[in-house]
Amino acid sequence: MSMTITEKILARASGKKAVKAGELVNAKIDLVMCHEVTTPAAITMLIEKGIDKVFDKKRIVVTPDHFQPAKDIKSAELHKRLDEWAKRHKIKYYYKLGRAGVCHALLPEQGHIRPGEVIIGGDSHTCTYGAFACFSTGVGSTDLAAAIATGELWFKVPESEKIVLNGKLPKGVYSKDVILAVIARIGVDGALYRAMEFVGPALKDMSMEARMTMTNMAVEAGAKNGIIGFDATTKKYLAKRLKDKKTYKVYESDADAQYVATEEFDCAKLEPMVAMPSLPSNAVPISKCKGKPMDQAYIGSCTNGRIEDLRIAAKILKGREVKIRTIVVPATPTIWKQADDEGLFDVFYRAGCVIAAPTCGACLGGFMGILAAGEKCISTTNRNFVGRMGHPKSEVYLASPATAAASALTGKLEDPRKFL
Amino acid sequence: MSKAHVYKRDHINTDEIIPARYLNTDDEKELAKHCMEDLDAGFMKKVSKGDVIVSGEDFGCGSSREHAVWSLRGAGVQTIIARTFARIFYRNAINCGFYTIESKDAVERINDGDEVQIDYQAGIIEDKTNGQRIEFRPLPEFALEIIRDGGLLEHIKKVKG
Ligand code: SF4
Repeated sequence: MSMTITEKILARASGKKAVKAGELVNAKIDLVMCHEVTTPAAITMLIEKGIDKVFDKKRIVVTPDHFQPAKDIKSAELHKRLDEWAKRHKIKYYYKLGRAGVCHALLPEQGHIRPGEVIIGGDSHTCTYGAFACFSTGVGSTDLAAAIATGELWFKVPESEKIVLNGKLPKGVYSKDVILAVIARIGVDGALYRAMEFVGPALKDMSMEARMTMTNMAVEAGAKNGIIGFDATTKKYLAKRLKDKKTYKVYESDADAQYVATEEFDCAKLEPMVAMPSLPSNAVPISKCKGKPMDQAYIGSCTNGRIEDLRIAAKILKGREVKIRTIVVPATPTIWKQADDEGLFDVFYRAGCVIAAPTCGACLGGFMGILAAGEKCISTTNRNFVGRMGHPKSEVYLASPATAAASALTGKLEDPRKFL
Repeated sequence: MSKAHVYKRDHINTDEIIPARYLNTDDEKELAKHCMEDLDAGFMKKVSKGDVIVSGEDFGCGSSREHAVWSLRGAGVQTIIARTFARIFYRNAINCGFYTIESKDAVERINDGDEVQIDYQAGIIEDKTNGQRIEFRPLPEFALEIIRDGGLLEHIKKVKG
């Protein structure tokens, strides 16, 4: 029977030769990601139900990130509960103190993501890891608790939707612009319950970082998972990083696998995109929204807080000065160090940016860059819902690091190509 | 009998159900205080135990925070009736033993403030105020089983002994 890559991985994980979209399976989980917002509740549930155990202490990765370091007393309590649990169960990979970082940037960077595996995390953007040809999806605290204790979860095998990316990206256009254009076309529920499988020649020139920006936002189209096939770029990225087991199994979609929909995009025709408030699907080309005044620019998050993103922003900011509050947040300590070593902090400092320690922070309206009523922020994050970064009357505009940096310079939505 | 709170919109997201600024706790009563705050500041004043919310497409989209389900449950909401649900919200609801109903036309046929009665097994919503009778496909059997057992963890305990 012909299968998609998602079906093949779920078949393997549920001990079956083949599975079909729509089928319910019980899958073995290879890796569980835990952070301080959703995991403490899972821990409490497990304790209350008398099943306070972990299925495998080497297959659970823990990092506080949302309110890291703790922003107030309540979040400090969450950190404390996470910390006590991780220590009590001797979780092998517990990133704390100066090693903690934004989960979806940290796990791939630290070599925890392997192709062909089934990964879940207590966070909706867990779909990010699909860039490495694995099945990965976000769950809530109860699912998380079940996976922590048993190493298994029920799944409905998703139907797959193929996103074909043709052509080469023009200068000033990045994978963030591609995914915004995709979501603008199919809508925030355009891939509801589905696997979003990205294919096509445009992927070839994209780094793993750039690919993760796209799979990261699969959930913004309602998808269960985003997935990209394995290639030389994947292999090279993993070779330097994999922890523990260095081997993995590569699955590929069969040529005659079933897709419920196929969408083709000509990347060569894309412009930098900006998603207007308050849905990621409200993206329009920069030529249609240029000039709108902003109050803050935010460069960071699991979508675009990686070293490549900081380099792109620095290139535009170099030798210039920002006109609005500009906050740069490297997503992990390694990225932070790398940015410092490469002299990017010097560029940001001279441009007048605030440089913060790795955290989700302002991305979810937590701390370190909250918006007041009426304020507008150009942000490299993935979600621009009402109140996402602060006051319900504030507004979030999603864009690439280049567009955010260019807009920081002029204080309005700006075309980055004029600075490149 | 339950009162219906109708939100005709699509894509009511988890940030509207429970804003992230309140995620520094997982206490259901605390979360309930801010339920639907950014969407309808008066919600907590008008909701009472056993009420239902009726809405459009993609209800609960956004984050994986189960806090959304907890805050609704804490606020006394018994079920959500929507045209479609976002995947993680739907799954969280089942795992928490919380009913969801997918109905294509309930949002058009039920008016805000109507009294409704729901038969979850048979798949029937009766709007006692306007006399409408709306059929829906009950949740799949395995989901009903999880809900009957009191949520996923209780279910696992039962099945695995
Ligand atoms: S950076 Fe933002 S989107 Fe990413 S995990 Fe953190 S809060 Fe979620």
